[in-house]
Amino acid sequence: MSGPSDYQPSHPALQWIERRLPIIGLIHSSFVVYPTPRNLNYWWTFGAILSFMLGMQILTGVILAMHYTPHADLAFKSVELIVRDVNYGWLLRNMHACGASMFFFAVYVHMLRGLYYGSYKEPREVLWILGVIIYLLMMATGFMGYVLPWGQMSFWGATVITNLFSAVPYFGESIVTLLWGGYSVGNPTLNRFFSLHYLLPFLIAGVVVLHVWALHVAGQNNPDGVEPKTEKDTVPFTPHATIKDGFGVACFLLLYAWFIFYMPNYLGDADNYIPANPGVTPPHIVPEWYYLPFYAILRSIPNKLAGVIGMFSAIIVLVFLPWLDSAKTRSSKYRPLAKQFFWIFVVVCILLGYLGAQPPEGIYVVAGRVLTVCYFAYFLIVLPLLARIEKPRPVPNSISEAILAKSGKAVASIAVALVAAGALLVGTLQDARAEEGGTKPPGNSWSFAGPFGKYDRGALQRGLKVYKEVCSNCHGLSYVAFRNLAEAGGPGYSTAQAAAFASEYKIKDGPNDAGDMFERPGRPADYFPSPFPNEQAARAANGGAAPPDLSLITKARSYGRGFPMFIIDFFSQYQEQGPDYVSAVLQGFEDKVPEGVSIPEGSYYNKYFPGHAIKMPKPLSDGQVTYDDGSPATVAQYAKDVTTFLMWTAEPHMEARKRLGLQVFVFLIIFAFLMYFTKKKVWADSH
Amino acid sequence: MNPDASTIAAGAPIEVDLSPVAEGQDIKVFWRGKPIYISHRTKKQIDEARAVNVASLPDPQTDEARVKSGHEQWLVVIGICTHLGCIPIAHEGNYDGFFCPCHGSQYDSSGRIRQGPAPANLPVPPYQFVSDTKIQIG
Repeated sequence: MSGPSDYQPSHPALQWIERRLPIIGLIHSSFVVYPTPRNLNYWWTFGAILSFMLGMQILTGVILAMHYTPHADLAFKSVELIVRDVNYGWLLRNMHACGASMFFFAVYVHMLRGLYYGSYKEPREVLWILGVIIYLLMMATGFMGYVLPWGQMSFWGATVITNLFSAVPYFGESIVTLLWGGYSVGNPTLNRFFSLHYLLPFLIAGVVVLHVWALHVAGQNNPDGVEPKTEKDTVPFTPHATIKDGFGVACFLLLYAWFIFYMPNYLGDADNYIPANPGVTPPHIVPEWYYLPFYAILRSIPNKLAGVIGMFSAIIVLVFLPWLDSAKTRSSKYRPLAKQFFWIFVVVCILLGYLGAQPPEGIYVVAGRVLTVCYFAYFLIVLPLLARIEKPRPVPNSISEAILAKSGKAVASIAVALVAAGALLVGTLQDARAEEGGTKPPGNSWSFAGPFGKYDRGALQRGLKVYKEVCSNCHGLSYVAFRNLAEAGGPGYSTAQAAAFASEYKIKDGPNDAGDMFERPGRPADYFPSPFPNEQAARAANGGAAPPDLSLITKARSYGRGFPMFIIDFFSQYQEQGPDYVSAVLQGFEDKVPEGVSIPEGSYYNKYFPGHAIKMPKPLSDGQVTYDDGSPATVAQYAKDVTTFLMWTAEPHMEARKRLGLQVFVFLIIFAFLMYFTKKKVWADSH
Repeated sequence: MNPDASTIAAGAPIEVDLSPVAEGQDIKVFWRGKPIYISHRTKKQIDEARAVNVASLPDPQTDEARVKSGHEQWLVVIGICTHLGCIPIAHEGNYDGFFCPCHGSQYDSSGRIRQGPAPANLPVPPYQFVSDTKIQIG
């Protein structure tokens, strides 16, 4: 992309093509001989990482779309069926969902790198603005993608975000109706979001081509911010940059795989495992972590319209950055004041992200306002002012000279620590649904916890018995089919046993030739029948509170771990908040209501239930279910077994996930080492 | 991209029978995908709503302007918080009215904003009384 190439392929067939379409020459000049500054550090590999992630998201997304149903009544179920029934569907879904977070993580590093090293300055203004456009498109794509699973947080996130446009004077309401395609968020909204979510990544890819084109015209910036002057200042793109990028991608994949295989729900919200319900609002509506700083800005401004303007200007201000910062020195390496303010700005962004996840009350509101002012002050006051008053340190004459006087290692490591800490800080947003007003559930030692966790077969079989004899009177298990009982990683029944189990159930089928519905014995392909025909019937039969379906309950319930536990959880792979909560609620019934707590008529006191007043009577008592294998018939044992069983119903492929994870990690670590040593060899005489 | 014909048709007016709603109770019906709260207010709730100094409200509006005269006991409001669109819970909060769990806005027994970040009162949908015990919304 840097002008006409004089490259000639050696093979006559390629020469024939090259004369008609010089595409091989284009690739050769752009990605092989293209001169790249030899002092680039690893922060520059994030461009390649982002290209890789875009490709990954498009690839996994296209396959997911083949199995997904964009309809308000079917979307949630179709996503669950992808995870349960499609070959490696759980992997595709985790790759795509965690991939979005990784994509944003990489883009934030990429943007902050541009900010620190002044990559937006003359002559790279258009390159920078194209980047801001890509970022805006990414935000729109990410938001619409989050709506597609049609869980509670999808639905309410869509409601809150589309309602932002109602702040526009005069046209607000019409704009919102246009976005919805109806009078509220509903099926037409889901359909158009799916269409746009499929379209936008290709637009992103288009703008990325322009971005790379502009990059290859202006040339890459570098940590010292001086333009390459001689041959000695650059190295050819291939092999030097390609191998270095390859190593960067391999390291990034390690982080990505950690999420995919071991912490797939760490960045998600438990509420999104509850199907969308337009009649019930979740207690805290929180966007995905990557939008949190902007959400905090929105909420810290008390006026609705001003809040919306503030939020959008926080992004649009980036477009004007090349002109706001008119300092001649590019790199903050040589700008002592700009460097300090940059790190203050990073901290401000991380704190804003933290506040975006907190309820907007008391001190959080005040802090949000102060930080919003700081955010804008950095762009509108600090940078223009620094350009006038700061005395930069002398810049080296050339890149070669800079390499001889090498420094700045410490900055990189501080940056790594800060960025990682920041990502984690804003990263954990486990919903507070189970936490409010409740005691935190005690931890348990689950057989399925940790990187090598497996389900305890005996516990699964006993849990199934408890479910069948007790829970199934009120609770459905509608995503689980009888055939699943015979699948690998499950309770370990044979196909014949599963079929026999199924035949004990009566399944409604039809209509037959006479047009009537009839009952027949269950088959392995049938799903567990629900005890009530619909939600209204369930509600009416249970004093107004419908017993939830239990298929996903251990993933749909959670409680806040608080700082700093959630950071430790990331490394210890603790993700059993759901099972801990379910097991605690089953054992948390107490006859004696503590003083100061009033329990309404028809409710029961439960120590761990949010608000303590639960409609479900104490379900389990000692000796209620007879075990054949000699396990103790106690409530504690029942709770443990049934929770293990419900963890399996929520995640039937967990064992496969953890097993594949181990294999992938072994491969990636070896691959990363190979890349590292190859890179060292290639760069041996370039440093 | 505006609503299609079937969506518009489904958004036609609906009739709601009020006779089963006892005093102090309220029901939630859906119209155009939006929850509509119909409250059968108690004498106390009506008095509270009328006793307040209208000028002191964030969005000044009298209770009389928000209900149909002759049917003061019935409050009909769209149950969507004017802040960011969550659904407030009826019979909660400090004002005998509605409480929004998302960002803590509180509405009184007339659906007027009293406390919290919401900028406006809960909107009153277009409706009229067809008979003494039946209303038509829309």
